[in-house]
Amino acid sequence: MFKIFWASSLGVLLLPGLLSAQVTRGSLLIRNGTVLTVTRGNLENADILVENGKITAIGKGLTAPSGVKTLDASGKYVMPGIIDAHSHIGIDVVNEASRPSTADVWVGDALDPLDLSVYRALAGGVTASHAMHGSANAVGGECETIKHRYGTLNPEDMRMEGAPRTIKFALGENPMRVHGEGNRIVPATRMGVEQIFRKGFDEAKAYMAEWEAFEKEKGKNPAAIRPVYNRRHEVMGEVLRGNIIIHCHSYRSDEILMLLAVCKDYGVKRLVFQHTNEGFKVAPELAAAGAMASVFADWWAYKFEVYYSTAYNAAILAKNGVVTSINSDSEEYIRHLYHEAAKTQRYGNLSDEEALAMITINPARQLGIEQRVGSLEVGKDADIAIFDGHPLSVYAIPQYTLVDGVIRFNRATDAADQRLQASATRAETSFTLLKEQHHFDRCLEGAFDQTLAFFGISRE
Amino acid sequence: MKSNIIRVLFFCLLAHFAAGQVKKSSKGTFALTNATLETITKGRQTGNLIIRDGKIESLGPGVAVPSGATIIDCQGLTIYPGLIDGGTQLGLVEVSSISLTDDTDELGELTPHMEAITAFNTSATAVAVTRVDGISTALVVPQGGLFPGTASLVNLVGYTPDQIYAGFRGVVLNFPGSGRRGFWDRRSDEDLKKEEEKALRQLNEVWTEAQYYVQVTDAAAKNAALRVAANPEMARLAEVIRGTMPLLIETNRAADIEAAIRWAQDKKIPKVILTGVAEGWRVADKIAKAGYPVITGPVIALPTRGSDAYDKAYANAGLMAKAGVKVAIRSNDSENVRNLPFHAGFAAAYGMGKEEALRAVTITPAEIMGVADKLGSLEAGKTASLMITTGDPFEPKTQIRYLFIDGWIVPLDSRQIQLYEEFLNRSPGLKK
Repeated sequence: MFKIFWASSLGVLLLPGLLSAQVTRGSLLIRNGTVLTVTRGNLENADILVENGKITAIGKGLTAPSGVKTLDASGKYVMPGIIDAHSHIGIDVVNEASRPSTADVWVGDALDPLDLSVYRALAGGVTASHAMHGSANAVGGECETIKHRYGTLNPEDMRMEGAPRTIKFALGENPMRVHGEGNRIVPATRMGVEQIFRKGFDEAKAYMAEWEAFEKEKGKNPAAIRPVYNRRHEVMGEVLRGNIIIHCHSYRSDEILMLLAVCKDYGVKRLVFQHTNEGFKVAPELAAAGAMASVFADWWAYKFEVYYSTAYNAAILAKNGVVTSINSDSEEYIRHLYHEAAKTQRYGNLSDEEALAMITINPARQLGIEQRVGSLEVGKDADIAIFDGHPLSVYAIPQYTLVDGVIRFNRATDAADQRLQASATRAETSFTLLKEQHHFDRCLEGAFDQTLAFFGISRE
Repeated sequence: MKSNIIRVLFFCLLAHFAAGQVKKSSKGTFALTNATLETITKGRQTGNLIIRDGKIESLGPGVAVPSGATIIDCQGLTIYPGLIDGGTQLGLVEVSSISLTDDTDELGELTPHMEAITAFNTSATAVAVTRVDGISTALVVPQGGLFPGTASLVNLVGYTPDQIYAGFRGVVLNFPGSGRRGFWDRRSDEDLKKEEEKALRQLNEVWTEAQYYVQVTDAAAKNAALRVAANPEMARLAEVIRGTMPLLIETNRAADIEAAIRWAQDKKIPKVILTGVAEGWRVADKIAKAGYPVITGPVIALPTRGSDAYDKAYANAGLMAKAGVKVAIRSNDSENVRNLPFHAGFAAAYGMGKEEALRAVTITPAEIMGVADKLGSLEAGKTASLMITTGDPFEPKTQIRYLFIDGWIVPLDSRQIQLYEEFLNRSPGLKK
């Protein structure tokens, strides 16, 4: 009886979502380009055949099956679609800044297919991004890996189907400021931040044990009492089981070591540090633990915990064997991640392949989607960026961006105004002075709405 | 033979630096030999460049190496003039979220006499971080209020205001604008308009007072019986009215740019430079017709409107230049002024062209600020502010091998480089 009830209610919940996701997949022959596969070297004057959203052949002299159009890439550079392991585009809200742990909330409930930033990211060759919670809370909630299928009006279409679950954790100043300074509750220090995780994992373990006992008991005893469902503990339990990858906002080396120790104690292995400005100081420890790092190319000094940063961070991490990516955390920077990756050549002399890996296969590994995207290989999704010059050159301009074989950006023919829904109040009358845009932590967006409201400023 | 000995000595000197000694800037006679010379004003040449007494003594093919000169073999390397950033908050901010380390914004709407160079911390960590990427000179601009203060052009070597001052100052006016200030600014259009009108009224009142001040002080100069009360704010604005100090008008929205031009023409301001000018492409013809030069940036930025093409900020500098506006590029940054060459690179790619973009961070800002006799190109008699690179300084891959600023050879060292050297192969490593 119960089983039928649960199964049917689950179906009612899931079916509309499954039915309404209508991912468009395309076929195309990309001809005669310089192909930068990232994982298997470069090919001159090579073709890529895309069928029904997947790469089906890479080589010379391929012919297009009937009905498949050809895109001439002569003189152009063809690379895997760029992946941003840290962004906040394509979502309505960033922070549920109400408790130090909100493991129970999910960015996937707030996807926004109308966000123009998604198109602008496509115009920078970016085909997928990790839509993340903010860093107001030590445990922010589950994130969503999205594909940039701009043009759809259905939020369901944005999800990268089959991508592993991820969760945002945050260390240091942001949770300390929001909760300690702002709400006068723990954490006000990095000591307090540690205990939020330990307590969260301990509670999840107790909760899991309770359910395990119930499952055993109910066969013998029909009157066994079902434990109270708690999504926060459920989610933290899935982290402990290895089904959710932790992506942790972090800056200082001491707090990075703290989370490594916590994860070791609780047997959590899938761990990616975000920002990781002082990752370079503990690169051997990160490498030994198999933890990965997603970093800015050169951001520093906008607050104290990023004062002792270096633009050589990515190079030091990579040379010490840490799987490293360059991310944006910004609707502006996401548009030129190829340029951000190129900075690892000025600051650390990385090779072209190492630099490109930072924005393709490495972020794919960090999101657990490396079997699907992140390199140009037969069988992978046809998420492809085509540039008029080498993508690590400052003069390179993205020309085409394909998601699932569909051309979603075409520099030559796209209209200037790409809004899916014109807003009378925001777009045309609001002019934003952009100077400040990279001087505040995008991760904190929305965390201070209450404070702003106190001063009579509101965000809709 | 002799030059070889000198070369050996020089490399000994470098080795001495590398051995962990304190790295200092120094001066001397240098011969940069067999170089490609990107002169900016006189095309690309090959040959030697001689530095003596802090100046470029001579350059070009067949220029002799003076005896006693330290030789730097530049075979395969290219020499460019040091880059000039036409607008930064460099040296005014150490950590931007900690307000007491941020000296950009004095209290009050009317503070034109606040001197940016006074608060420029020559030892700010960002100064060395900036110059090792070839930025030799930067305009340091105070922020906030109607008249935030006086900007100064500084060379990024030296320890006192006198040592760093590079010969240009200008009063900053944040021209009243109708735009919102950020994502959180939700004032109604009506309120915005009211505030804009109020701000313009306030500006005109201030200006009328400054004009009176000029009349009164002129009269006082001829009549010893007249005494004028101390008024540092008006004294500074009077310099603008008299034309002894340029006015840097910060304005970004198309309608505001037009209003600023009308205002400056109406007030007959002798020396005007427009700064920011993010929507300049919309009114480029009008800016060109007014004849005011522009310092624009950041280039790597979002478009100002949702309906604009994604690349409008990249293209803005080039579109204005094509319309006949004299355009220099700025980063408008504090800690990442080092990205100036990349801002110029994006401008170059999106329509400005490499040559014009290179001018926009060298000779053009020097001309706009009236220091082209000293800075902005490789020419005999100019100050030796230059970098020796492996290639195009706009390309991220390019490395800078040597750096001269204001005649001094500057060590290629910064805290970020020191951290690299300490942590690339950390010791102790994983095991102690």
